[in-house]
Amino acid sequence: MIDRIYKGLVRHIDGFLMGCLLLTLLLGLFVLYSASGESSARMFAQLTNISVALLVMWLAANIPPQHLERIALPLYLLGVLLLLGVALFGEITNGARRWLDLGVARIQPSELMKIAVPMMLAWYFAKREESLRLTDYAIAAIFLAIPAAFILKQPDLGTTLLILGSGIFVIYLAGFSWKLIIAMAVGAAALAPLLWTMLHDYQRRRIIILFDPHQDPLGAGYHTIQANIAIGSGGLAGKGWLNGTQSQLDFIPERTTDFILAVFGEEFGLLGNLLLLLLFTLIIGRGLVIAAQAQSTFCRLLAGSISLTFFTYAFVNIGMVSGILPVVGVPLPLISYGGTSLVTLMLGFGILMSIQTHKKLVAT
Amino acid sequence: MRARSELKNYRQESYYFRIRLAVAAAFVLLCFGILAARLFYLQMAKHEHYHTLAENNRISLVPIVPNRGLIFDKNGVVLAHNFFVYTLEITPARVKDVEETINQLSELVEIGTLDRKRFKKILSESQEFESVPLRTHLNEAEAARFAVNRYRFPGVEIKSRLFRHYPQGALGSHMVGYIGRINDKDLINLKESGELSNYKGSDHIGKSGLEEYYESILHGKTGFKQVETDSGGHAVRVLSSTPPVPGDNLILSVDSKLQKIGEDAFGDKRGAMVAIQPKTGEVLAYVSMPTFDSNLFVGGIDTENWKALNESLDKPLINRPLRGIYPPGSTFKPFIALAGLEAGRRAPPFSINDPGFFTLPGNTHRYRDWKPQGHGVVDMRKAITISCDTFFYGLAHEMGIHAMTDFVRHFGFGQRSGIDISGELEGLLPTPEWKKRRWNQPWYPGETVIFGIGQGYMLATPMQLAQATAIFANNGVAMKPHLVTGIQEASSGTIRTVEQVVTDRMELKPENVEIVRKGMEDVTLPGGTAVAVGAGAPYTVAAKTGTAQVVGIKQGEKYDASKLDERHRDHALFIAYAPADDPQIALAIIVENGGSGGSVAGPIARKVMDYYLLGKEPAESTPINPIALPEAAIAPATTEEHAHD
Repeated sequence: MIDRIYKGLVRHIDGFLMGCLLLTLLLGLFVLYSASGESSARMFAQLTNISVALLVMWLAANIPPQHLERIALPLYLLGVLLLLGVALFGEITNGARRWLDLGVARIQPSELMKIAVPMMLAWYFAKREESLRLTDYAIAAIFLAIPAAFILKQPDLGTTLLILGSGIFVIYLAGFSWKLIIAMAVGAAALAPLLWTMLHDYQRRRIIILFDPHQDPLGAGYHTIQANIAIGSGGLAGKGWLNGTQSQLDFIPERTTDFILAVFGEEFGLLGNLLLLLLFTLIIGRGLVIAAQAQSTFCRLLAGSISLTFFTYAFVNIGMVSGILPVVGVPLPLISYGGTSLVTLMLGFGILMSIQTHKKLVAT
Repeated sequence: MRARSELKNYRQESYYFRIRLAVAAAFVLLCFGILAARLFYLQMAKHEHYHTLAENNRISLVPIVPNRGLIFDKNGVVLAHNFFVYTLEITPARVKDVEETINQLSELVEIGTLDRKRFKKILSESQEFESVPLRTHLNEAEAARFAVNRYRFPGVEIKSRLFRHYPQGALGSHMVGYIGRINDKDLINLKESGELSNYKGSDHIGKSGLEEYYESILHGKTGFKQVETDSGGHAVRVLSSTPPVPGDNLILSVDSKLQKIGEDAFGDKRGAMVAIQPKTGEVLAYVSMPTFDSNLFVGGIDTENWKALNESLDKPLINRPLRGIYPPGSTFKPFIALAGLEAGRRAPPFSINDPGFFTLPGNTHRYRDWKPQGHGVVDMRKAITISCDTFFYGLAHEMGIHAMTDFVRHFGFGQRSGIDISGELEGLLPTPEWKKRRWNQPWYPGETVIFGIGQGYMLATPMQLAQATAIFANNGVAMKPHLVTGIQEASSGTIRTVEQVVTDRMELKPENVEIVRKGMEDVTLPGGTAVAVGAGAPYTVAAKTGTAQVVGIKQGEKYDASKLDERHRDHALFIAYAPADDPQIALAIIVENGGSGGSVAGPIARKVMDYYLLGKEPAESTPINPIALPEAAIAPATTEEHAHD
């Protein structure tokens, strides 16, 4: 009986992916306990977040991908509508307009778009599969640019980058010409100076500080400098759990959220960091395998995009905390404290599992 | 067929898709490889570097400021001490909007416009990360009210600081001096003297008077605590500590009662008085009028008070005994008299018949006596008593300038007395060589003539006049004047006595000294120029009066005090010592624009000598302040330490 219930529960769960995810989440709980100054309240809050996220993942895993394909367009339209709502009536917190108060709950539509955008593009390419032309890529680019522009305006550079990434991955995986990719890369390099003038002051400063954090050691450079000191002083094996001086003595700002890797690196050292990179690689690798085995274009593109977006998360966060990328406000996936991004991430993994476990047998 | 082609399509498509996936996977591995390399660089290659930085972050040396030494008068009356006060301080670097923060704070704690002004002034002189006091002397209620609301004000703290306080306020403020906040110039001086590290955590330093001169003794030695601190600079735990050594206390030769009587005797007049024990060089009173309240400077003086003091016509900030320079006028005559006698001139029974003026041979210019009709027959003793100018014109001309300057230099004219307060001026003992150097002009015989009555280029400070009088009273033995007689170690209470130093010893003929002394004694007797000083005194006073011109008077014009603006009147000068046969006190007084020395400066001298020699207090005497702290001053006697200090 219990066995049957269990089997029913895990029928659409991918065991390998699940194992890697749980291991990473557990690691995250340990770091969070240390980073929060041994706060059990924070632990329980994060446990609640994880539970909700796992539930969302399980639900997503049990929805067949064909249903997802059907709701892709309405979900995208709803998302754009909500973003418009944010731009018009959104609440301002910390100088950014990101939240929309619907009366019953406050929601952050940009989070929804992290899933809705790749779904939309995957749906579009699946639909146009038979007669794919260059104009289709242009149209896809417009679908991508609309929400990206809204979110950049909020301003939220981190989320914009993640959404742009998720869309670009779909476009890339859909077979966008290599020649054009190279041409656009060259074009982007040429256009960089123009983009520079469009950035907000705080964004420009972050980029300048990236190249020389010591220019402003007590201001914008402080985050990077202190994070580097924390990671560097961790050495090979780290200072030990709960023993990071940089972490425990409050030298690392935002140490439970965006900069949690500094705590992790200080207390668990290079070995800990490599373990984390390994777990991330396994998760991404499994996602790419799922994408490779997927049976429909929609599933393939969506699975590939979700996996690579997860990679973007990890790369941007670790890059910024270790000081090779600008500080853009992207959390460390599965580790940083916070419910919103965790739920979105696990929703993505749920979709991956759904794609993997709803496959029909195909004769070869 | 169609199905097969679809299948083929699917396969081909799947193949291309997988290539794309493989490229993406390679990209992922490349990027993670870069991250791994970066982490290896930070955690292995640069580990030592970052380890050191982390330790520096974690461990900081917190200075423990030593208690500053106290200053006592000869009877143990406190002139300068410390007490703890709560201060409300802002660290600008940790506050977003300083102005707004102050406005919000003013709802909890009273912050006056003077507080704001002073804060702005200190702020402009401070570094961003330095804690700047906004309000001092918070009372318990205010401190508690802030403590409750503290979470609202990051970067704002209540500190318990040791504050300097001068319980006697304005009494002897030029002598005691004051401390003030360390400024850039002080920092440079400290760096040059290698003392900078001893001032970590200190934000005050002696700025004037004894507070400045004895800075190294009063300050003490700063202690250190090695503490683990968090990013906010709050100490988490103490790793090791070296206690500070408190500064030594100063014990003065000044009796504050005598000081007070001296200052009160001036009333609202401007001037200076220095009284010295001639046998030891101990300074008994050091008066510079008007005075100011030293306490104003401790917390950083606000601009309004500063303006009031600095721009006042009375110039209260000038340390007159050391920095006021005046022509000594007739008070110079006893020294010229002694010079003449020692040179074998004018010995009794020599006398002149004074017509009321002196002329140089072959010249018609009349050097006038103060008494137009002349004094008649005048010998040396009488010349001193009645202050006969004609007598000294002739003597000076006959001696020549060098004989006189060489002699009076031994009385300290033209050089610093070496008293233990900085900033002393040298005065001026003019010689033809000096005039050539300074003005590139020849010396005229007339200049030698008027030098004989202390006029012309000759300039002396009140300190020099007092010291010269003391040297004379001590039969030509010069004792180094000093205010501090003992230095007391704060911890053990043992007192080191300051050595009495003989700086010069003249071999004077007793009969010559006797003649001058008798002349000076007669000054305070009927017929002298300062009868009031001696009248009814049970001791004999040797004295000399003088006046120093402020405005030049043309030949043939008559000086009329009533016609002149108060500030253009002559300065009244007075020197004296008593008892004449066994001198215990020698003093010099100058009353600016006081007119005549005998009538204005004399009574001041009498009050001071009466108290010093007889213990007699003037009728209008007011009591001195026992130690009294300002209201709401006392905080618990513990210092809070902050790593950012």
